[in-house]
Amino acid sequence: MPTAADTIGALAERDYEYGFVTDVEQDTAPPGLSEEIIAFISAKKNEPQWLLDWRLQAYRGWLKMVEPTWANVRYEPIDYQSICYYAAPKSDDDRPKSLDEIDPEILATYEKLGIPLREQEMLAGVAVDAVFDSVSVATTFREKLAELGVIFCSFSEAVQDHPELVRKYLGTVVPRRDNFFAALNSAVFSDGSFVYIPKGVRCPMELSTYFRINAMNTGQFERTLIIAEEGSYVSYLEGCTAPMRDENQLHAAVVELIAHEDAQIKYSTVQNWYPGDKEGVGGIYNFVTKRGLCEGRRSKISWTQVETGSAVTWKYPSCILRGDDSVGEFYSVAVSNNRQQADTGTKMIHVGKRTSSTIISKGISAGEGQNTYRGSVRILRSAEDARNFSQCDSMLIGDRCGAHTFPYIDVANPSAQMEHEASTSKIGEDQIFYCNQRGIDTEDAVSMIVNGFCKEVFRELPMEFAVEAQKLLEVSLEGSVG
Amino acid sequence: MLRVSDLHAKVEEQKILKGVDLEVNAGEVHAVMGPNGSGKSTLAQVLAGREDYDVTAGSLELDGDDLQEMAPEERAHAGLFLAFQYPVEIPGVGNSYFLKAALNAIRKARGEDELDAMDFLQLLRKRAELVDVDEALLRRPVNEGFSGGEKKRNEILQMAVLEPRLAVLDETDSGLDIDALKTVAAGVNALRSEDRAFVVITHYQRLLNYIVPDHVHVLLDGRIVRSGGSELALELEEKGYTGLTNGSSGD
Repeated sequence: MPTAADTIGALAERDYEYGFVTDVEQDTAPPGLSEEIIAFISAKKNEPQWLLDWRLQAYRGWLKMVEPTWANVRYEPIDYQSICYYAAPKSDDDRPKSLDEIDPEILATYEKLGIPLREQEMLAGVAVDAVFDSVSVATTFREKLAELGVIFCSFSEAVQDHPELVRKYLGTVVPRRDNFFAALNSAVFSDGSFVYIPKGVRCPMELSTYFRINAMNTGQFERTLIIAEEGSYVSYLEGCTAPMRDENQLHAAVVELIAHEDAQIKYSTVQNWYPGDKEGVGGIYNFVTKRGLCEGRRSKISWTQVETGSAVTWKYPSCILRGDDSVGEFYSVAVSNNRQQADTGTKMIHVGKRTSSTIISKGISAGEGQNTYRGSVRILRSAEDARNFSQCDSMLIGDRCGAHTFPYIDVANPSAQMEHEASTSKIGEDQIFYCNQRGIDTEDAVSMIVNGFCKEVFRELPMEFAVEAQKLLEVSLEGSVG
Repeated sequence: MLRVSDLHAKVEEQKILKGVDLEVNAGEVHAVMGPNGSGKSTLAQVLAGREDYDVTAGSLELDGDDLQEMAPEERAHAGLFLAFQYPVEIPGVGNSYFLKAALNAIRKARGEDELDAMDFLQLLRKRAELVDVDEALLRRPVNEGFSGGEKKRNEILQMAVLEPRLAVLDETDSGLDIDALKTVAAGVNALRSEDRAFVVITHYQRLLNYIVPDHVHVLLDGRIVRSGGSELALELEEKGYTGLTNGSSGD
């Protein structure tokens, strides 16, 4: 009779489902980082002088900065001079005007990933801005959105077509010298998405971007900027997978959100980059700075993330609640299996009066994975009657993994109301046996129990994404109990 | 239907069952009674296939199939159901979602079509009515925040939906007040049928006033020391376990 541990052991042998490589000729910069390389990147993208200067300022700041070591993660030192800072598919030289012009091999890659780039997206109501390595190769639905005045394009295009908006907002939420990785991104960022929702417009569809890292030994440095004008609403989805690699690949993205008065931004992420093999070889280093500014009164920013991939994750999507009565939310599921390490959480900085924030974090550790929640709630003196609710739950699968919680609370106004709940549970043999006894096999039982644990977060995801997230969680945790 | 022969089992090197024989036929209700530590719950766990319980000798057969060769879920597929003494909470998983997954897993294993949401809901409502379970219970997460009585009723509901060949009730009466006990017993009685058998494990005779067994077995120190009709339960109530062993042939 096979035991639960046997079943799970066998499942653990499965390979990373999305581990395939597409062979596309790269137009790659030589490895290393210098002012010349930055100038090369900027020239490649035909950028204005002010942006080159901005990058160089960031680079000069970065040179004086030290890589942070406070996170609860361990990895081999990164040699920043061995990384290539620019790669683009050849086809970029002659940008495709429609999907028909896109390299069939790229389309095949998307096909394998199940990205709905064709008619499906019409039905799903999803506009896709797909990033293949560093350059956007396809953007759809743009005309439809343009009718409403919504701008949804690659960051590079925004620099060309809407330089005034980019210049006005770039670096206003995450300053170019904010931290080591943000400064690096500011110096060398390759591409990303740009979204602008005009006053009073409710964006009629979910905006979606699929990222994919594909070039050998090439870091990817996305830069995303979303601006929601007064009374507007937008829901943005970001999802990623990456092919199998032996080298560690550095990923340092920056995302900035700005919500004006009564505006709402909902930002959802499903992250499934290659986590490395069972021994911890390979896998993506995911060092991300995401921050939203609730600039106007009654504005609202919600971050929802499902983090199942990457070897090392360092990520704290945050909200600065500057406008009175503004609202910040953070819903997170983070999974660390095998040798994965995740140090993730959020910062809620309350500046305005009656600002409120909610933090729901679900950490799942399996194998030898280490999962850390690190959160900071700061109530500034100006934040009269601010409120925060935090709930941090950890689930352990097996007895070789770890869960850690570092909640920081800093209150400078006595009118604040703070609530913090935390729990740690172990997925029990008794829960699995109970399911088994009802006819449900161990694999389905684990996925059911874990999905139940994450329910509060999944229900924040847009419908089509929630299904995908559950599937990812199943794949990530296959073979995790033991 | 169920044939247990000379069953020996241990848990963490401790011998608990020391040669149990039990034969249960379709349509019968058997009560297994015994004091704490006699091995009652071990018998239930061994039948269901719990991992930490090692069978060291003897055999277990359900409809001629060797249960020891079957994983716990395979035993469930074959029609074995265990109503847990301590039903397990599964936070965030809806009760009806769980039951649908269970029923469809069993149907699939038997080569039957899985039920869609509508058909399942219809079945669930009917079954809930049969065993007198409030529909509100169906919408809550599995056993999470349930009272002791609700948990036990939920076990009976699950049994009603999964329609097992053989149901093992492990101290289903423990922790129930008299009203809850009556409801649970009525649910079990509603499910009695010609081709279904029950093994009711209990410490107290009380439950057997409401679920009247065809056979009663007394388990003491890992062995069945007396077997008889429903009158044996009354005798036990009167004399207690010690009185019964003194007066019995024992071993």
